[in-house]
Amino acid sequence: MDLRMEVRKSFGAFNLQTDFSVSGEQLGVFGQSGSGKSTLVGLLAGLSTPEEGEIFLDGDCLFSSRRGISVPPQLRRVAIVFQQPCLFPHLSVESNLLYGFRRCAAKHRSIDLAALVSVLKLSPLLKRGVNNLSGGEKQRVALGRAILANPRLLLMDEPLSALDDALKFQIIHYLKSASEQFGIPYLFISHSLLEIRLMTEQVLAVAGGRIVGQSTPEELARERMGQSQVGYINLLKVDALRKMGGLQVYRWGESELFISAGDDSATAMFELSSRDIILFKKHPEAISARNLLKCTVVDTFPSGNKVGVELKCGSETLVAEVVMQAADDLAIQARNEIYAVIKASSFRRLG
Amino acid sequence: MLSLTNADHEAIALSLKVAMSATLLSLPLGFVFAYLMTFCRFRGKVLLEVLVNLPLTLPPVVIGYLLLISLGRNGWLSPLLEPLGIRLIFTWKAAVLASAVVGFPLLVRSIRIAMESIDYQLVQASRTLGASRLDTLFSIILPLSRAGIIAGSSLMFARSLGEFGATIMVAGSIPGVTQTIPLAIYEYSGSPADESAALSLCLVAIAISVLVLLFHEFLSAKLARRN
Repeated sequence: MDLRMEVRKSFGAFNLQTDFSVSGEQLGVFGQSGSGKSTLVGLLAGLSTPEEGEIFLDGDCLFSSRRGISVPPQLRRVAIVFQQPCLFPHLSVESNLLYGFRRCAAKHRSIDLAALVSVLKLSPLLKRGVNNLSGGEKQRVALGRAILANPRLLLMDEPLSALDDALKFQIIHYLKSASEQFGIPYLFISHSLLEIRLMTEQVLAVAGGRIVGQSTPEELARERMGQSQVGYINLLKVDALRKMGGLQVYRWGESELFISAGDDSATAMFELSSRDIILFKKHPEAISARNLLKCTVVDTFPSGNKVGVELKCGSETLVAEVVMQAADDLAIQARNEIYAVIKASSFRRLG
Repeated sequence: MLSLTNADHEAIALSLKVAMSATLLSLPLGFVFAYLMTFCRFRGKVLLEVLVNLPLTLPPVVIGYLLLISLGRNGWLSPLLEPLGIRLIFTWKAAVLASAVVGFPLLVRSIRIAMESIDYQLVQASRTLGASRLDTLFSIILPLSRAGIIAGSSLMFARSLGEFGATIMVAGSIPGVTQTIPLAIYEYSGSPADESAALSLCLVAIAISVLVLLFHEFLSAKLARRN
């Protein structure tokens, strides 16, 4: 999917002005509340009209003030999954799912209801009304409804914000797998860097109505590490091994991790803040923390008044964060050996 | 004891016919007005709103008089109506028109309240799923406004049944032709001998109003359960 957007739109004192081109299947827009993310969504979907500029999607002009073109929303094939599921309350789950499908030109009806229902595990819900569904079920129906319309771009406008953490990571799985399986490119909009990292390959950072950066989510996370209150969040995918002394032992690459928040489910994802990793130049003696990892320094990078340290633990990567003084004391340099110490309670389970 | 004459039966039938016709005729227009007021922005919207709601505050006799001078033989609209052979004044159709004008704001208000309670993102979702404005109107806005349409229609029907001032001005009180229940009661009230006849018609009016309100409650509850 290729998107080019050069538009200007004002709301009172707020002024959105963007000029960017982006290509890819899993794109993200990251920014705080009020930065202009949802305005961008509205302009792209045709729900609001720019004062001037041009919007091109896959080479087709959706809007051009110069040429007097403004394709109406129903013809753009740009569907939205909103923060709230926005299901039609007078229709059943099945009728909601088929709403866009029935309005889709026959040549675009490439997605089969049965296949989608199977991927999103919706079959027990089909005949039900939508008002008594749980939050996660509603969001799955909203996603299915948008996918069945077979859009050439799916806009996901903070679709996880209204969900609690546990549900959020279940839905992320559905959002990603369904879009991938049916070949629908998406633009995922969020103020959560973690969600952006889990969902996207390339991200546009928005602030004050302007695009202030275009990078990979990983680069953005490292860049923002110093300003973030939680530092850089390492995402660790692990496999359960055994219980030991009240802790769960997991396999993480070639290393073993002791985690207090774990359970014995086969695989799990944990987050670990860069601030919860203590670095030692030499092997420390008799420590209370349960995880001691021998690592190699790959690189260091500045982030605000801190220094990020990229470490290699076997085949896995970990990012730690130290103040400038500590970096000097440890004489951190690429290819140096270093020891990372992590408490078992520092990990937080995702989902 | 309920004692009704043939003329009373005619007045009841005419009242129902006038109220039903006024409601059915106003419904499409009321829906369009409510839609325009809720979802559209245009120049002169405030003025239109004032005009639609004016019958709520004007004395019905004033409305009747304005209709009379508009639709009468030498009225403002007679050059349009006469060539078509349309004569409204002192016919039951004039009673329908009077009821429609007086009840219209109630109908629009109820539908508008229902439309305003629709989450606008549902409308946006519908548009991005391939529905045109008209399709969204019929597939989303209309079904989600049903409670307001029912409430507004019931109110308008009930208001039309009780319409007196404007009706007597434009339709008169001709038994069997334009005499509705309120007009018949008014005629009876002038003579002490007709007290029981007036009371009988009052009871009929109360019974019809109660039935209308019960019907409204029943449909509203059914819709609420479905939603």
